[in-house]
Amino acid sequence: MTQPLLSVENLSTWFHTSSGVARSVDGVSFAIGAGETLGIVGESGCGKSVTALSILRLIQPPGRIEAGSRIMFEGKDIVTLDDKGMRGIRGNRISMIFQEPMSALNPVFTVGDQVAEVARVHGNGSRQDAWNRAVEMLSLTGIPSPEERAKQYPHQLSGGMRQRVLIAMALMMTPALIIADEPTTALDVTIQAQILELLVELQNRLGTSILMITHDLGVIAETASRVVVMYGGEVVEEAEVKTLFAGAHHPYTEGLMNAMPQITASRGRLNVIPGTVPSPTEWPSGCRFRDRCSYAWERCEREHPPLYQISGSHTSRCHLAVEPERRAHPHLPLVEQANATV
Amino acid sequence: MTTATNRPPADASDSPPGTPLESARSLVSVRNLRKVFPITRGILGRKVGEVRAVHEVSFEIAEGQTLSLVGESGCGKTTTGRAILRLIEPTSGEVRFAGKDILAMGPAELRAIRRQMQIIFQDPVSSLNPRMTVGAAIREGIAIHRLAEGAAADAKVGKLLDEVGLRREYASRYPHEFSGGQRQRIGIARALAVEPRFIVCDEPVSALDVSVQAQVINLLRDLQKERRLTYLFIAHDLSVVKHMSDHVAVMYLGKIVEQAPAEDLYREPLMPYTQALLSAVPVADPTVVKQRIILEGDVPSPASPPSGCVFHPRCHHPARDAACSKINPPLEEKAPGHFAACIKQVPTTVSWEEQLKAGGVNPPERYLPVVEQLSRH
Repeated sequence: MTQPLLSVENLSTWFHTSSGVARSVDGVSFAIGAGETLGIVGESGCGKSVTALSILRLIQPPGRIEAGSRIMFEGKDIVTLDDKGMRGIRGNRISMIFQEPMSALNPVFTVGDQVAEVARVHGNGSRQDAWNRAVEMLSLTGIPSPEERAKQYPHQLSGGMRQRVLIAMALMMTPALIIADEPTTALDVTIQAQILELLVELQNRLGTSILMITHDLGVIAETASRVVVMYGGEVVEEAEVKTLFAGAHHPYTEGLMNAMPQITASRGRLNVIPGTVPSPTEWPSGCRFRDRCSYAWERCEREHPPLYQISGSHTSRCHLAVEPERRAHPHLPLVEQANATV
Repeated sequence: MTTATNRPPADASDSPPGTPLESARSLVSVRNLRKVFPITRGILGRKVGEVRAVHEVSFEIAEGQTLSLVGESGCGKTTTGRAILRLIEPTSGEVRFAGKDILAMGPAELRAIRRQMQIIFQDPVSSLNPRMTVGAAIREGIAIHRLAEGAAADAKVGKLLDEVGLRREYASRYPHEFSGGQRQRIGIARALAVEPRFIVCDEPVSALDVSVQAQVINLLRDLQKERRLTYLFIAHDLSVVKHMSDHVAVMYLGKIVEQAPAEDLYREPLMPYTQALLSAVPVADPTVVKQRIILEGDVPSPASPPSGCVFHPRCHHPARDAACSKINPPLEEKAPGHFAACIKQVPTTVSWEEQLKAGGVNPPERYLPVVEQLSRH
């Protein structure tokens, strides 16, 4: 593989709270190539958003990026950059699109001002140049009559329009990487389709890399080329999108896919993953998914599974990789056994 | 089979209220339901306009069945659900529950009937009182309706917790001690406590993670089977709706634009809006090649809905023309049990002469753009 654009190596972001250390991100590694879309998928509390915030160094105390973590981007280690160096990257080389466009925009400034601000902070052109560029970007994101829209306030725009404004803002400095954290979760499905199409189209045109963070496997399937599945603060599986959807290896990924209601599937009972995500202050020993797993055996409690190589670039954090015969013997997961005894 | 029961009148907006069409098995019957919210301005609350949140909505739900209302934000699905329970007073129309006229009821009568009609809310955090233990929250309804007292009530709470998959000892805990999925189970237990026959489920799984969402969907389905419950399921997620529903009604700008048995609607959506809605759902299969219909623009404001067909400014039907902006399309039966409001989708009762007179240039034609994609599976 050629030099990746961004490589996250052994990233740990822990929150040192009064009720214990929450190991929200715990030894995460992945890389994104230039022009590539990498998806991170997982449920609430899996650490996907904290990973994104760590890349932009937006972690507030009691959170901390732990020693031994490296985030290499364009030859620099983001973890050790000073504030000035970080300001040169944030919003300039790496920008972010947040989930909730209403709370990400300032209600008392016009959207044009807010988009132009990016160029005023990072560029050296005049106010007028920044404004013109903002209008150009708004137009690029498909906002009709951008000159007029730029003079409006966030509350005058619909949810879809606001999300386009955020995308325009993210694109202002033509960054090398855009981190999109659930960019369509708050939107209606027809608007989501518009925004996803826009992102893919802009990426083709501008060659930007995208880190797409979502809980929706459908969004991943349609936008990403490679996927990282996170659970319990760790990467549990990584593969090319086609490989993953053709045959997930990790029981969690498998469970997630089966639990998802599919519009193409016939009506019927859904498969469930029993139990809930454990708390980041007390991950289970060994495999963090073992309580909810229908294959777990004693090794899973004793030994924390490494990322095994399944094939090519497909990896999975599950001992089934070395004891595949166990897959033939599913049983009731521990959480269900515990419930049954009550 | 469940034919006949969920059919709206062939032309909902024109039929006089009280048309005798409800079959004996229909538990909930809604006819020409309307809710108008005034838009006021200034300290005197001068009325400057109105929002037609729900406009001439009619449907029936047979006992033990699920009708889903789907649509995007602001389409009026939640208002419809609340108006049926009179949590919001409807402006006009008719709501019958087990033959009784809900809208004509006085406060005492309404309180009594609400025992049989419950609601489960989207956000289990804000719908539970943080200062009440789970047991107390569930007991509240039991006490109000005097269904049990003392130890009998405790036993009932325990049984309900069992039924929704929670441990009995959770009764003494507070809502904040639970995860989102568990709280939604508590919400369900509370609704079940008064032994209702009908439950309005308002986006009950939208706030939940995928793995937990599946647990709650299965729970709702199991409870329906065991207790012969009737659901009005309100949701925006078409995949979830597919797993829950017997019948589906699609709403757009306060109106039902298509209504059919679930299988028919997903197999052959006839209204161009439904087609776009279905084609927009991301499919978790990278090998599927989609011919997606991307709608232009946003949903218009319900304060000034477009004339004629409310969907016409965004419509992608190849025969769309000036007649669509003039003629109010009736919700008409296009195939047995399958109703859609589109004058360009054949067959239609709006004659070609009428369309010509309204400026029409394109005769109606059969247009089914997403069928291929969805049926490949």
